[in-house]
Order: sequence, then C-alpha cells, then structure tokens
Amino acid sequence: MVSGSAEFEISRRGVLACSGAAVALTAVPAEAQGPTAAAAPATLPVTLTVNGTRHDLTLDTRTTLLDTLREHLHLTGTKKGCDHGQCGACTVIVNGERINSCLSLAVQHQGDKVTTIEGLGTPDKLHPMQAAFVKHDGFQCGYCTPGQICSAVSVLDEIRRGIPSHVQADLTEKPGFTNIEMRERMSGNICRCGAYSNILDAMSDVAGERA
Amino acid sequence: MKSFTYERATSPAQAAAIVARTPGAKFLGGGTNLLDLMKLEIETPTHLVDVQDLKLDRIEKTREGGLRIGALVTNTALSADERVRRDYGVLARAIQAGASGQLRNKATTAGNLLQRTRCPYFYDPNMPCNKRKPGSGCSAIGGYSRQLAVVGSSDKCIATYPGDMAQAMRVLDAAVETVKADGTTRAIPIADFHRLPGDRPEIDNVLERGELITGIALPKPLGGQHFYQKVRDRASYAFALVSVAAVIQKDGSGRVSFGGVAHKPWRVAAADAALPQGAQAVAQRAFAEARPTEDNRFKIPLATRALASVIAQAKAPRA
Repeated sequence: MVSGSAEFEISRRGVLACSGAAVALTAVPAEAQGPTAAAAPATLPVTLTVNGTRHDLTLDTRTTLLDTLREHLHLTGTKKGCDHGQCGACTVIVNGERINSCLSLAVQHQGDKVTTIEGLGTPDKLHPMQAAFVKHDGFQCGYCTPGQICSAVSVLDEIRRGIPSHVQADLTEKPGFTNIEMRERMSGNICRCGAYSNILDAMSDVAGERA
Repeated sequence: MKSFTYERATSPAQAAAIVARTPGAKFLGGGTNLLDLMKLEIETPTHLVDVQDLKLDRIEKTREGGLRIGALVTNTALSADERVRRDYGVLARAIQAGASGQLRNKATTAGNLLQRTRCPYFYDPNMPCNKRKPGSGCSAIGGYSRQLAVVGSSDKCIATYPGDMAQAMRVLDAAVETVKADGTTRAIPIADFHRLPGDRPEIDNVLERGELITGIALPKPLGGQHFYQKVRDRASYAFALVSVAAVIQKDGSGRVSFGGVAHKPWRVAAADAALPQGAQAVAQRAFAEARPTEDNRFKIPLATRALASVIAQAKAPRA
C-alpha cells in the first residue's frame, strides 16, 4: 500500500480496489497450494469491443460480462446489484440491445460490441439521457442509475423500432412514447430509493425531444 | 460457480453428439436461467456447449401454412414478429407478459421452454427438494406453497412450470422439433413435452440426454380472438400466480391453457369443450382433480375469474 505517500489521493474507489486485491492475494495461493487442488480453472481468450475500444482478454470461463467490465476492464460504472437478473443494475447495451450483464458469460460475447454508462457520455459531454436524469433528479443514492440510464436509452430505441409491449392495446399498432409504455418497459430496473417518477420525467423529456 | 470448460458447436447434430457423450455437459443458449442456477450451484455443468452459432434464429413459413420458430429466436424477436402479432396473438401476448425487457432480449425460444421451476425450495440449496436432489424430500409440501401447484402434483413435488410462452404454445398445439446425438430428428407435441412430477420430479421434460431443440412449429393460424391474462403480485416483471392463455372463436368455442397451476401448461380437453358454458364450467373440469394446499387454494377461484374476464372481453363489442 502507498497510503503513506503524500501524493496519494485517497478515494473510496481506490481503497476498495486495494482491499479487493489484498483479498485476492490471500485467497488464491491457499487454494492453489492445497493438496487436493483441482485442475486449474479453464480459461479462454475473449475479444470484446467496449465503448469503441477493443480488448483482448484471457478469462476464466466462469467470468460474467459484468465481472469482466468491472474487475478486468475497471469500468466500474456498471453496478452489481443482485447478480441474478432481478434488479437491472448491471444493464449494458450489447450489439444495440440492452441485457443483464450478470446473466451472460464473457465467452458468449466473443467479438461483441458493448456500450456501458462510460460509453454513453462523459462528465464534460453528457448523453441527453444522463443530462435529463440530472435535470429531473432521477436518482437518490445513484447505485441503480447507470443501469437505469442504459435501460432508458434502449427503451426509447425499442419504442422507436416498434417493439411491442405488455401494455399495448392493439398488438398490430406501433407503440407510443407514453408514460405507461415506459413504466412497463422499465420494470426490469429496480430503484430502492424510489426515484421512479423522476426517471419517467427524464425519459419523457428525452422522448419529447426525439418525437 | 463450479469450473467448466466451454466450446461453441458448429452444427445441431454435432452439439447433440458432444452433450450425449460428455458426462456433465449441458447446452448453453441465452443463459439467463442456467447462469442464475449455476451461481447457486443448483446446476453444476462441467462442460458447456454454446449453440449460439447454429443459425437457428429465423422464423419461417411452413408448407402447412404455419410458422417454424428457430430455437435461438429471442423472446423479443418472436413477440415482435409481424406474423406472430397478427396470427398468433396469444403467443406475442404471453411473451410480453413474462420477464423484463433485458431478459427477453437475451432469452431464447428453446430456453424459455426449458426454464426450471421457481419453487423457493428448489432455489434454496439448504433445504430438501426432490427436484434438485432426488430422494431428499419436498420442503414445499407443508411449507410455503402459495405460488405452487394445485393440480397434477405428486407426493414428491408440488413445483410449477413457471413460463408464460409455453402456455400459448400449448393452446396453439405447437410441436417441439429436436435432433438427437445420432442425427435423427423428431417432433414432440407440446402436450407431451413437459412431464408431471410423479415419482421423478427431477425430470422436467421428455428430452433424451443430448437431444437438442432446433425449433418449434406452429400449425396454421386458428383465427378467433387471442388472450393472455396473467395475474401476479406486481403489475410487471413477476411470475404468474395464475395465467390464462386462450383462443376464443365467434361461437364461443375455443381453447384454454392455465399457467402457474401445474408442473406443465394445464390444458384439459373436457374443459376446452365446456368453454361455451362459461368459466365456472371450464374450471370445474380443468381442476376436477386439484389437490391444492391451504396456502394456494385461492388459485382455483382466481383462475376461474381470470378466465371469466377473458370470456367477457371476447364477448364485448370490438372497439
């Protein structure tokens, strides 16, 4: 640890990353040295393009797309909530469609194009949906927000492409950018703080500009 | 999660052959249910055969005037297909009533059929469960059974098949097309695809080891009005307490399958025949052999009222 260094700027993320590494260092050798240690875990090469940048990785086959983004590429904007596809915090956009990155193995995504919250916009140049979330106070603690925003961007795209939904009265008609359509389509993103109505306001704002 | 090796299959028959000859091997489609279960070590495959490159992602017309849906067509793509929306509305509606947008984008047609029960005891490795660990007992019988089966259950298992899509497939009399390890193919009527738990609740369906689903064939359109009425604890993104998939013709005849009540989509011929007499008559026949628990007895009147609502909608003048 370099925590004694005067230049070292302590951030919460830095501390977490260091303690994570310490845990990994103590855990791995113990397992590897065990007398009944199983064969080394299977690894495979995987190439992903994330936010426009190509990454050539070698990963344990068990590594989810979510853990690849967070632990290997250090793109920690995408969040791990339930890790079982129930909360939507891990939502990213793969080849133009939103998915739960926790329920996908990295090896399933060889050659795929992934967009995370870091790829939608930057602090200097926010994506319109990011700006709308700020304007409408579409979050409180912020933990679910990257998933909410990736989902929200995809929802507007899905409505534009005419993907039907459960709340549509006539299956053969095109859906509209209505409140009830957006609420239904956002049901895979849970917000523990209950920012839902403001999230809907942010989405309506962006949808209004597009319509 | 237990360690596993991984490969991508290059043809359906090759995929079937690999899984048939490799102990501990499983097919991997979208992975949305399998990965969930692997994290809990309820599923512990030692080798995964990813079938995503098999080009089974098309929806095509059949010579008989129906549709063949490739095993890898995503739930989103299937429910958005114009032909499905126009001619098989019950199927589009059932898919849209299930899961979340993110899951439907990844989940496949075959995987949807193969999803495992959401019985809370199946999901809890600390509790006995005959489906997860044969012979260990059933914690649900005498336990928390509100979500579980009311009909077709056994003394070994009261789990339900949780899916929505299969309810519509059952009403449409779809056929599940497969290839086996030796390259032979067969079409399994959806009515025979899922099993009742009986003495072997660990076996969900009639697929043989290594047998791969390649597609689902829908017969030519039935006409009529199509409905999928799902009743659940929240308005979206929850499994059914009960659901009703129905196709109702002008004369009041039709077909109905009940979801959330049994180990398979629950459709009874005598119940179909009673449709013109109303929901009560249908339910009496569909649930004649029901053995509900104290906690899930409510499902029978709930399913009856859900069907009554569907019948009322069918009779209402079209807007």
